[in-house]
Amino acid sequence: MNKSKRIDEGNIASIILREISGLADGQIRFMEVCGTHTVSIFRSGIRSLLPEGIELISGPGCPVCVTPVGEIDRAIALAQLKDVTLLTFGDLMSVPGTSSSLNQERAMGRDIRVITSPLDSLEIALKEKKRRIVFFAVGFETTSPAIAAAVKEAKRKRIDNLFLLSSQRLIPPAIRALLSPRKVKIDGFILPGHVSVIIGRTPYSFIASEFSLMGVITGFEALDILKGIYMLLCQKKEGRSEIEIQYTRAVKEEGNQLALKAMEEVFEPVGARWRGLGMILESGLTLREEFKEMDASLVFDIPYEDKKDPPGCICGKILQGLKSPPDCPLFDKRCTPENPVGPCMVSSEGSCAAFRKYGAFR
Amino acid sequence: MKEGKILLAHGAGGKLSHDLIKELFLPFLENELLSCLDDSAIIPTERSRLAFTTDSYVVKPLFFPGGDIGRLSICGTVNDLAMAGARPLGISTSFILEEGFSKEDLERILSSIKKAALEAGVMVVAGDTKVVEHGAAEGLFITTSGVGIVPEGVDISGSHAMPGDFVIINGPIGDHEIGILLARGEFSLKGEIKSDCAPLNGLVKAILNACTDIHVLRDPTRGGLATVLWEIANSSKVGVIVEEEKITVREEVRGVCDLLGFDPFYLANEGKLVAFVPQKEAEKVFEAMKADPLGRDSVIVGRVVDENPGKVLLKTRIGGHRLLEPLSGEQFPRIC
Ligand code: SF4
Repeated sequence: MNKSKRIDEGNIASIILREISGLADGQIRFMEVCGTHTVSIFRSGIRSLLPEGIELISGPGCPVCVTPVGEIDRAIALAQLKDVTLLTFGDLMSVPGTSSSLNQERAMGRDIRVITSPLDSLEIALKEKKRRIVFFAVGFETTSPAIAAAVKEAKRKRIDNLFLLSSQRLIPPAIRALLSPRKVKIDGFILPGHVSVIIGRTPYSFIASEFSLMGVITGFEALDILKGIYMLLCQKKEGRSEIEIQYTRAVKEEGNQLALKAMEEVFEPVGARWRGLGMILESGLTLREEFKEMDASLVFDIPYEDKKDPPGCICGKILQGLKSPPDCPLFDKRCTPENPVGPCMVSSEGSCAAFRKYGAFR
Repeated sequence: MKEGKILLAHGAGGKLSHDLIKELFLPFLENELLSCLDDSAIIPTERSRLAFTTDSYVVKPLFFPGGDIGRLSICGTVNDLAMAGARPLGISTSFILEEGFSKEDLERILSSIKKAALEAGVMVVAGDTKVVEHGAAEGLFITTSGVGIVPEGVDISGSHAMPGDFVIINGPIGDHEIGILLARGEFSLKGEIKSDCAPLNGLVKAILNACTDIHVLRDPTRGGLATVLWEIANSSKVGVIVEEEKITVREEVRGVCDLLGFDPFYLANEGKLVAFVPQKEAEKVFEAMKADPLGRDSVIVGRVVDENPGKVLLKTRIGGHRLLEPLSGEQFPRIC
């Protein structure tokens, strides 16, 4: 973006904000269910600019945060096996398990590596044939197509030392779980952009049809989010509850069919546990029968065990929008980004980290 | 005895590095000169004040667009002296070489040291060489130390920022770190961005010629601009407000940041400085900076205020406000 475009950004923002102020009337509460939105809202200082009555709360949109302790412990246990190399995405490294974290394990000499693309796992598995490579894959619909592609490629190349510990989750079932029974007042959703590029609009239609709530699929720039909020307020004013798309430059009605097909070929939905939300039916992804020989949860004899959240940590409540980070007695005291107690302080997309890093300007 | 292990993040120049120094180093080594924790220590002698500093270089790769470990090792130390307002007198270089290292590469590095020293107008006056077995070091590591003289009337420190000061920076941020990452081939990204690695003592001289009463000078290396501003706000017990719109980031650098989710405020620079200048001198200093080849792109990016002591506030492009906190956790190891 050149300088003049950026100066425009300030002008356009003030125009949309004026419209928003005109529409704001009484208390209204919107939830975003995407870590990238959370970060963008804080980074651009949107909260500091909205009129009093409009409240933004964060939902279960940070993939690292919703991963329960039991799954972290399981990954750590796998990394402790002598011939195993564990691959994962960066943010997971410092998430505390029950008694350790992947970072601490790496410092003790375990072979744990951070990768940025699922395809990296293939290269590593091909290069290091003597080791068993386990990819601990956390993520939403956004990352699943690339993981599916990596799995297919591994099968095609007959790579037999690569395994997947799938901790992938799906957004729409989590929104449904949040709403039934509804424990927290929500008037509408700022729906995720990246996830929706893949899945399109239809999977969210139940929000409007069953719960009479509104939603806008929104992009990530500050202006996108302001516009998304404006569109939600318009619906409110006109008494509509619909799922609209603000992020039209990237999101199609039917999503990305190719990506969806790749996902479907490799994975099938399965019940998954979410931190805070517990077990949600068909909200996770597991490898289909023909890929089971790559499923680390079957190949390795390390069963999943339910573990307690760190004592005092209220991440679970925060992920449901029931509490806000400053409500946590440990926030910015015992729990800091350097010494995180819970995952919401670890992940760059976690609410606690965002509050602490960017400040609570309203 | 302290428990736990050293993590890579302890070397990232952010909050953890800070904590490590406070918790482990200072309890053993603390004295009134060290505890300022400025880039150089100022040692008073009968005649003048000496600035003294040391730094190690472990950058990977050894050669990168815009420089190499040799140039970096001279510029880094010259800059640490310059940030105290000091005129560099002499530099020492120590090499730890890995068995098997190519003589040709060593020659290239030495010639680049010579060139950088000439550019900075400083002599390499002492040195040492050690060789360790294959595997005990990767290629080579360099440690440089430097001594300089602080001119009469100059008193610069991270704790001297005053409400009313203008904050000036001499150009776009983030070139060095993104340049290194690209040179490393991380994330299979293509493209070339030149590191901004340069000796800043000439620019500092120009600044001091315009005004001796500079309050703070700092080079935002590891931890980036955000960390440096936070450190200054903390040591000086003042608030700092900077405007996102004023801080420039090269198009290519911003592209990589957007792609990988980095924040340019936390990227390391090797040829940038922030100056905290009294309001009434700001114009003069700003003009002097613009006239220097390394200051052509200077911008006034913010101000020091009474409110929110210890905090740095960023006015965002859309007019909102948020905090600029120091780097927390790991950025990338071995960028300098
Ligand atoms: S502040 Fe820390 S302990 Fe409290 S909820 Fe957030 S992550 Fe958990």
